[in-house]
Amino acid sequence: MSPAYIVGAFEHPTRKADTKSIAQLHAEVAFGALQDAGLSVDDIDGYLCAGDAPGMGGLSMAEYMNLRNLRYIDSTDTGGSSYVIHVGHAADMIAQGKCDVCLITLAGRPRAEGMQTGTAVRSAGSGVPDEPFELPMGRTIATMHAMVAQRHMYQYGTTSEQLAWVKVAASHHAQHNENAMLRKVVTVEDVVNSPMIADPLHRLDCCVISDGGGALIVAREEVARKLKRPLVKVRGYGEAVKHQMAGAVDLTYSASVKSGKTAFSMAGCKPSDIKYASIYDSFTISVIVQLEDLGFCEKGQGGKFVSDGNLISGVGKLPFNTDGGGLCNNHPSNRGGMTKVIEAVRQARGEAHPAVQVPNHDLVLANGKGGSLCTRHGCGTVILEAV
Amino acid sequence: MTPDFDRMPATPNEDPDNKPFFDAARAGKLIIGKCLDTDKLFFPPRHVSPYTLSNNVAFVESKGEGEIYSFSVQRGKEPYCLAYVTLSEGPTMMTNIINTDLDAVRAGQKVKLVFKPSEGAPVPMFTPA
Repeated sequence: MSPAYIVGAFEHPTRKADTKSIAQLHAEVAFGALQDAGLSVDDIDGYLCAGDAPGMGGLSMAEYMNLRNLRYIDSTDTGGSSYVIHVGHAADMIAQGKCDVCLITLAGRPRAEGMQTGTAVRSAGSGVPDEPFELPMGRTIATMHAMVAQRHMYQYGTTSEQLAWVKVAASHHAQHNENAMLRKVVTVEDVVNSPMIADPLHRLDCCVISDGGGALIVAREEVARKLKRPLVKVRGYGEAVKHQMAGAVDLTYSASVKSGKTAFSMAGCKPSDIKYASIYDSFTISVIVQLEDLGFCEKGQGGKFVSDGNLISGVGKLPFNTDGGGLCNNHPSNRGGMTKVIEAVRQARGEAHPAVQVPNHDLVLANGKGGSLCTRHGCGTVILEAV
Repeated sequence: MTPDFDRMPATPNEDPDNKPFFDAARAGKLIIGKCLDTDKLFFPPRHVSPYTLSNNVAFVESKGEGEIYSFSVQRGKEPYCLAYVTLSEGPTMMTNIINTDLDAVRAGQKVKLVFKPSEGAPVPMFTPA
């Protein structure tokens, strides 16, 4: 099977895009990733995007960017994890010989549009079968994730202070990222004393709302070896979906149990081999659940695992989200999966900020969770190897 | 002490599939689905079995008793409590905990059914038993 490589990665530097359209942002991140790779728009023969792209699937963006040579198109949408899943789909198509160079883009401007992402009750649209049973209950992104945290506390004794350590670690990393929205280092006390948004989640347990986006270029080995960038091989990937299972609700785990198992099996490695992990951090609790599900610690032990700086680069055993993650750096278009892969690529290349770069970066992981951890979501796991 | 805000729930969108549920709600009853192929219960009720995808289903009335599986209070000027309640029959449903001190709500707490009016069909919510 022909392996695929991530040859281009670009994160838009903006965090508030008052003067740009969403289509324009998609094109700007595509250009940035092509420049990073040393490729041109004519090289692209596969395009992947999700629901943030304006228009039907990828059609309008393909036209706007004038992608002329497409042989593969994919608009799989699992919310914020879509782009992690796209990396696997691109690698599969490259392995099958269906295309050579895939572009993946994400962009949005919820901050410029004044969106109250976490605390407003929004309809999922007419005809959505779960909607009449949930919208009247006034569920919000914050309260739904808070129910996961509440159950974790009830069942495993997890504490607010343990949740806070996830944010503390992210803030230690964000201080080195000049583009990060929140660069101030915070303490456990700062987090637990911040205003309660949705019990038991405080304001500092929640990610930022930001504009911008990012793009990735996935290419076949023959292309990757001709370029001048460090080789980052896509070694394993998996995806899975979890929902309320007809009333058999269990908030203690995510679809990452399955996506991670598939990815580790394909990569032929285990969690203890991973030197750096990008973990989807819509909320602090999201990180704890995914770390458990991926096998970095036992189920229920995530709170203890993240404590005392264990996620801080240079301090703990598993450096995570060294760009500051969604909690401090960027959560463009309310979808954090793209930036998870981008920082994992920086780490695998040895190009993260020197203050947070892990010394041995042979194997890194990016995990995405999109939709609601509470009701229904999709997870994607990607394991990358520095060749 | 934080009393729950007396909020008007959004009007449920009724369609041919969920009509029995909201018709039952108008009669003050909470119904759940039962797959007649497997005898297993499910929520939300629908005309398709989530276990076999056949239409061999029935609707059965819940006693309206349950236990809080998890919850969260949306803070702010109009606080309210989102929750999952596990019915005594088995399925867990998304709901609200109302008519109570929101600071005293706990996972594992016993609750009972109470309907809250909306501009359309009443909405099944729960209050401490």
